[in-house]
Amino acid sequence: MSILVDEKTKLIVQGITGREGQFHAEQCMKYGTKLVGGVTPAKGGQTVLGKVPVFDTVRDAVKKTKANATMIFVPPAFASDAILEAADAGIELIICVTEGIPVSDMVEVYRYIKASKSRLIGPNCPGVISPGKCKIGIMPAHIHKKGNVGIISRSGTLTYEAVGQLTALGYGQSTCVGIGGDPIIGTKYIDTLELFQKDRGTKAICMIGEIGGSAEDEAAYYIKKHVTKPVIGFIAGQTAPPGRRMGHAGAIISGGKGTAEEKMKVMRRCGIKVVKSPADLGKTVAKVL
Amino acid sequence: MNIHEYQAKEVLAKHGVAVPKGMVVDNPDKAEAAARELGTDVVVVKAQIHAGGRGKGGGVKLAKNPGEAKTHASKIIGMTLVTPQTGSEGRKVKKVLVEEGMPIAKELYLGILLDRQSSRVMIMASEAGGMAIEEVAEETPEKIIKELVDPIIGVKPYLARKIAFALNLEGAALKQMIPLIMNLYQAFIKEDCDMLEINPLVITKDDRVLVLDAKVNIDSNALYRQKNTLAYRDLAEEDPMEVEASKFDLNYIKLNGNIGCMVNGAGLAMATMDIIKHSGGEPANFLDVGGGADEEKIENGFRILLSDPHVKGIFINIFGGILRCDILARGVEIAAKKLKVKIPIVVRMEGTNMEEGHQILRDSGIDVIVAEGMKDGAQKIVKAIR
Repeated sequence: MSILVDEKTKLIVQGITGREGQFHAEQCMKYGTKLVGGVTPAKGGQTVLGKVPVFDTVRDAVKKTKANATMIFVPPAFASDAILEAADAGIELIICVTEGIPVSDMVEVYRYIKASKSRLIGPNCPGVISPGKCKIGIMPAHIHKKGNVGIISRSGTLTYEAVGQLTALGYGQSTCVGIGGDPIIGTKYIDTLELFQKDRGTKAICMIGEIGGSAEDEAAYYIKKHVTKPVIGFIAGQTAPPGRRMGHAGAIISGGKGTAEEKMKVMRRCGIKVVKSPADLGKTVAKVL
Repeated sequence: MNIHEYQAKEVLAKHGVAVPKGMVVDNPDKAEAAARELGTDVVVVKAQIHAGGRGKGGGVKLAKNPGEAKTHASKIIGMTLVTPQTGSEGRKVKKVLVEEGMPIAKELYLGILLDRQSSRVMIMASEAGGMAIEEVAEETPEKIIKELVDPIIGVKPYLARKIAFALNLEGAALKQMIPLIMNLYQAFIKEDCDMLEINPLVITKDDRVLVLDAKVNIDSNALYRQKNTLAYRDLAEEDPMEVEASKFDLNYIKLNGNIGCMVNGAGLAMATMDIIKHSGGEPANFLDVGGGADEEKIENGFRILLSDPHVKGIFINIFGGILRCDILARGVEIAAKKLKVKIPIVVRMEGTNMEEGHQILRDSGIDVIVAEGMKDGAQKIVKAIR
């Protein structure tokens, strides 16, 4: 079992005719994801990657292909509009990879998405993969292995690090969810934890956080109350200086809040096994399984 | 992106927010002329740097006549101002704002920021103006008023009224405060602010409501549509190495250690700094080369790392996803040869095209220490620089 994406997922890619969009659409298809179409306004009628039809609007694409998921590869200035279009077309799962969307756009998008039937993952995220079943995103497929560890992370490459360690030790993953490094993201830790708790295929959860905001604290309190599966945590940025944005728009200690130390303390208090070194993620998960 | 106080006030004034009259000058004679032109009994001479707490460091002075304004300006312009926010090295002051003095009756606080928990814009206000809001929050949290804004309707009069009444305002001050709050919110949205902090917002003895000090941060992701604001960027306020890195779209932040780090991805870059520290070393920087890096970007990143005289060794930690290890390796080879690198380099590479990457490094003849995993890499670089 897995969460969010599996064999039944039918994917379209918004921005499929762009260089990045097409490259990653192809990688997903090669992994076995059912890629049923793409959307680029005014390029409807074309075919890409041999057999994938391109549509002008998401609505057209959904009507013709019955797609239930979309991956967005649209430049930041247009990405919030692409998310809204997908939600308007009633797509269940919207995964936005784009980094650099203005915060004020996301405030509106978040409000709209919460009132819609769609779920948004990201933006500024590597995507979601259920190994052996479906990959929607930019993560390197070959490091993954089918198994029962669920991974949630705000970071891309740090997730690969955790996955790489687990796979090397022989432990596979049920689903890996990159929720995104922006201050406003569609799906937070708590939403993902709820899904992993319910998923019978997930036996342990690896939660990777970073400095900035209080999402990890909120997740920790949620875990204490609602999650019975073992959770292993790590917070990046233990040595980050306050007041500086560490790459991700959301990774900033402001007004003394959102430090790694504070988050790790709350997580430990809520029963999460927190590792201090990112190199210990894999073996700590292995120990609880 | 940070902007100066005088720039923030220009921005706010554009949206109908009342600010004191003032002029920004870069020499004492002009400060004297500005004070004369303002013609008020008292003027304030304020250092313009991107840091708060300027008054504590002697960067804000009252002048009772134009001559005094000149004297203050001559002391402040050119001084290295140290405030609780600048660090011990301080900041060189290039300009001062000469502003009309205000007969202050009451000081308030008003801030607009993103509340990440609700994913909405939040307005914070307090009667305890003039002091750091973090202190107020710590000591008297009940004195802070918080209101979330629904983006669909924005700040309507009822919400502004709610805040104004909670601040115990009445009469003329109350009447002015309502449109002021609405205009500040408009400015926040239209100008793509990350944060807007008015501290203090003052009520004068003659019942005017004005922004006495303003701190505005602009969302860097929105700069493509804020061309006017982009002109406000003051490179002298930024670290020169960070400015250089930004030219190549490299995410670099200078730190105080001696191990240069080159990593792909922000989370892994932070984790790399952490593991260096756990292994007994000190990271010299944060550097995320990003997913779309090419050989040229890697080379420039290398050059920037080496331009820091404290750097005694370099740790390259790459988990190839979009960024392929062979591209990274080629970039490292070019850079190491061109720049004649003499300090130890530890490379940890995993992920996409890892084998090709290692082969390129072996064939290059450059002296690199190969690491298995990030812990091994961190330990090797710490040992190598001893």
